[in-house]
Amino acid sequence: MDSTRQLKFRDPATARRLASTIARVTREIGRSPVSVMHVCGSHEQAIAKFGLRSTFPKELNVIMGPGCPVCVTDMPEVDEGVALARQGVAVASYGDMLRVRGTALSLSDVQAEGARIEVVYSATQAVELARRTKEEVVFFATGFETTAVATAAVVRSHPPDNFSVLSAHKYIPPVMEIVAEMPSSRVEGFLAAGHAATITGWGIFEAFVERHGVPVVVAGFEPLDILAGLARLVELVRDRKPAVENMFPRCVTKEGNRRAQEELWSVFRLVGGRWRGIAHVPNGNLRLRDEWAHLDARRRFSIDIASLWDGAPPALSADCICGDIMSGIASPSDCRLFGKECVPDSPVGACMVSSEGTCKIWHQYGGHPDLGAS
Amino acid sequence: MCLGVPGKVVSVLGSVAVVDFWGVRREVCLDIVDEPVAPGDYILNHVGFAIRRIPEEDIGETLLLYETLMGESAPDDLMAADVRAEIEGAQRRNG
Repeated sequence: MDSTRQLKFRDPATARRLASTIARVTREIGRSPVSVMHVCGSHEQAIAKFGLRSTFPKELNVIMGPGCPVCVTDMPEVDEGVALARQGVAVASYGDMLRVRGTALSLSDVQAEGARIEVVYSATQAVELARRTKEEVVFFATGFETTAVATAAVVRSHPPDNFSVLSAHKYIPPVMEIVAEMPSSRVEGFLAAGHAATITGWGIFEAFVERHGVPVVVAGFEPLDILAGLARLVELVRDRKPAVENMFPRCVTKEGNRRAQEELWSVFRLVGGRWRGIAHVPNGNLRLRDEWAHLDARRRFSIDIASLWDGAPPALSADCICGDIMSGIASPSDCRLFGKECVPDSPVGACMVSSEGTCKIWHQYGGHPDLGAS
Repeated sequence: MCLGVPGKVVSVLGSVAVVDFWGVRREVCLDIVDEPVAPGDYILNHVGFAIRRIPEEDIGETLLLYETLMGESAPDDLMAADVRAEIEGAQRRNG
């Protein structure tokens, strides 16, 4: 049965043609499995929502890497937000972050204790909060470079004196290097996220491709965009052609948005740091430059996170395999907690908390979206 | 958090634009967009900031994308929720 027929594509004929190209080219590669990775929660949402895995040949393994910014925010970074909130500072955070646990507690745990945690949808809203109060407001800044650009813009916009930033921003290109080098993952190609590349430009991936000999295709978010991106990616794998290709030209240029890049790098510098469950990533974290020290919550406050570490971590979390899932070496169905102890209403791992986490996406869209092929 | 949302610019005052997202009007910051933006243009909004002025020839295709992504979504659909959160990232208009 042709599974694409059931999907609500606006152009089913094109979807079928792309799916058959992907199947034919993957078989021409002559290896199994052929593993390719995307690094974007929105890509995974579209793949799962539209049942794209049911159209892939069984030889093709399309895995989600560390593309969920909430999920990779490390436990000590959450601890810093928790400790600040307990110290009586108002902490403004993107909503997805609230239920992600640090070493012992989440922001929503301390909110229940009476700490002031405010959900914001943008950095600008955090600044507005600070303008309306005399209290200290710390913006817990999470997300990849696309979101960091917005933080950079508010840092440069003369925010009030009671505003500061706790940056847990992460930078995607260095973690791709880490994952590409993991012997257990054997990723043969990457699908890069269109809107992040809108800012960084696709040229940013050229050095990566040269170093690792692995192709990168920039793709959009519509099901047809993803299928077209994957079709091109498997062709590049088949032809052993390590190159960067832009399959989302209506949104992405080689140079990207230079003004946004200037804002980003004028405010942030790269430092190494841990990504939750994955590894220490050299140059993987974005931290405020010294010029902005007066807006850096880490320098404004003495943040006591050690006091949070007295309690042992919850027993269940030892069984959580979020790290392996985000590194692309396991899938949610390999986790014995998935859908049992770990569900969206009571998540164990960060991947079940965020709307961009692999586990939550698989759980919402049917648990095992790749079983639809038969 | 990596899916921007397109909207139509209604008016521009300094570095702030009033933008219409499927009938919802919000303020979007123009500090990081790399081209001049004028009423009638479409921009891609991400967490309250325009990250790109959408070229005229790409507007139709871009809007169709969101209709596909949002169409017939269940109330708890993750993609639809992320798109709504992106619209919330734009400022409610004062007054």
